[in-house]
Amino acid sequence: MSTATDTAADERLLRRSVWRKILGRPELGSVVGAGAVFLFFSIVADSFLQPSSLSTVLYAASTIGIMAVPVALLMIGGEFDLSAGVLVTTSALVSSMFSYQMTANVWVGVAVSLLVTVAIGAFNGFMLTRTKLPSFIITLGTFLMLTGLNLGFTKLISGTVSTKSIADMEGFDSAKKLFASQLTLGSVNLKVTILWWFALIAVATWILLRTRFGNWIFAVGGEADAARAVGVPVFKTKIGLYMGVAFAAWVSGQHLLFSFDVVQSGEGVGNELIYIIAAVIGGCLITGGYGSAIGSAVGAFIFGMTSKGIVYAEWNPDWFKFFLGAMLLLATLLNAWVRKRAEATA
Amino acid sequence: MGAVLAAVLGASLAGCSSTGGKRAEDARKSAQAQGRAAVDTPRWKIAMVTHSGDGDTFWDIVQSGAKQAATKDNIDFLYSHSDQGQQQAQFVQAAIDQKVDGLIVTLAKPDALKDVVAKAEKAGIPVITVNSGSEKSKEFGALTHIGQDETIAGEAVGEELTKRGRKKALCVLHEQGNVGHEQRCAGTKKSFKGEVQNLYVTGTSMPDVQSSIEAKLQADPSIDAVVTLGAPFADTAVKAKQSAGSSAEIDTFDLNAKVAAALKSGTLGFAVDQQPYLQGYEAVDLLWLYKYNADVLGGGLPVLTGPQIITKDQAAELEAYTNRGTR
Repeated sequence: MSTATDTAADERLLRRSVWRKILGRPELGSVVGAGAVFLFFSIVADSFLQPSSLSTVLYAASTIGIMAVPVALLMIGGEFDLSAGVLVTTSALVSSMFSYQMTANVWVGVAVSLLVTVAIGAFNGFMLTRTKLPSFIITLGTFLMLTGLNLGFTKLISGTVSTKSIADMEGFDSAKKLFASQLTLGSVNLKVTILWWFALIAVATWILLRTRFGNWIFAVGGEADAARAVGVPVFKTKIGLYMGVAFAAWVSGQHLLFSFDVVQSGEGVGNELIYIIAAVIGGCLITGGYGSAIGSAVGAFIFGMTSKGIVYAEWNPDWFKFFLGAMLLLATLLNAWVRKRAEATA
Repeated sequence: MGAVLAAVLGASLAGCSSTGGKRAEDARKSAQAQGRAAVDTPRWKIAMVTHSGDGDTFWDIVQSGAKQAATKDNIDFLYSHSDQGQQQAQFVQAAIDQKVDGLIVTLAKPDALKDVVAKAEKAGIPVITVNSGSEKSKEFGALTHIGQDETIAGEAVGEELTKRGRKKALCVLHEQGNVGHEQRCAGTKKSFKGEVQNLYVTGTSMPDVQSSIEAKLQADPSIDAVVTLGAPFADTAVKAKQSAGSSAEIDTFDLNAKVAAALKSGTLGFAVDQQPYLQGYEAVDLLWLYKYNADVLGGGLPVLTGPQIITKDQAAELEAYTNRGTR
């Protein structure tokens, strides 16, 4: 015998309407923000809505977005990675220099780079879980070490601060197809990084929402001790997340190498913040336990639209950074406001 | 993990590339000259402190010039750098503490270095300024200044663009707030008969450089010339131009191997070289001459190492030098 009060008391059994489900999504605020930014630049910049312009914006967003996806997962898992920006450069340097110095087929360098990059990610995760120091310290250490290694090794091996061109080597063309080609759709050229980006979003979303590992990520980011108590392998999860960041850094690094064929060893510094910003705009909480992969993509898209939209709008470039900061702040505020409204009505 | 690495290394021996790579470079390289001192003066110690950021191609070439002269002149050469003015001043102080026999500094941030350069002179250390700061060099009491006047270099670009019949140029600045960069674009604006627009890009991220230039070219199809302020950005500008479907001519400041190759093939219009190798080489050599013979060059005026406009005609000759990192 069940009474009416019984069913009302157990809220977990309540069926939620589709609308309520949408309101509860972490990326809702950022989607609204992205819409606002898109509308804004459509009005103020004449050339913004051209198909070719949109493909440029998508390219800019994809180069940030590829990294923002695993960075968002890592943040949901409650950690940061400050070494993510230079790790991209490291990955590109390793494959370029290995291929060049060994006069090896370019694909061999690409494979070695994957090993080295993922090993560095594992190192981050291993150090973090072993020492129990905050990820801020661990990855700051890795960031500085990698910055130094990038310069030191490149100078030591190549004699200059940039790598030699490997464009004339075997395997370059096929590798370029995978990491840096263009797809022509009608009159528009779409860069292959956009496909990589979408694929990563899809995989990450599947992991987060449909697999056990996804549950673990939310659990370790929400409350690591409670998660451990119910049998979640906290250490393995975190190491896995760092390796995920490293994998994406490898993808970005190979893109860097195969689209520009020479790598400058000093690059990448500062990009780690942009990845984190994209994840935060996309609804990831800095404290962990909440967020989504799609949100990070929307965050990257807002960043891409803002940075290129300012150029399309042909504003005075002296104020570039100011506009960028103001737009990002507005998008994030709108994001927070929408989320609060959604939570209030849900 | 070890087994996988071994497998990959093994595969790499099998998977050799028959084109390009280190082997090709070694084949090209003939035996290099042995670095032996040409003089028997005492082993003086000279320090160079620049405003370079980490891993800058340009300063690498300056250093290689300085080292070449140091080897020849039997000089112990020390190098340090920081893109923060205060840090740079501390490095100069450290050189003074080491009691060096000569000092080479850049004055990109003159105010930060004023006091410490005065200290060096007080300690009897001769100072030569290079690259940037020609207007402050004399005032600070340096022996001489060796470098390129950025405004003059910019003007040379403007004149060349006018000569090539360009109407609307884009000046791509890869470091916001760098005085030298602003001077280059301002100089171009001054002498160019057409219109010049500035575009700021994030120099530490090549994809951003590419997409920003691409966006600008799409936004304004009337742009028919793009001028980048550093050699590594010229190639990226070419890619942006292709993606945007623009027919603009790409020109650049500074040289490197890729720029030389692109000039030769006609992908780039021209490059403005300030001969960084010469800046390093001359600075060390002049300090040696001053110590040895009390010689001073320039007669109180800066010694200019540029601008030298390089087009297709000279590119072939310079390509070999850029490949070995001295141009």
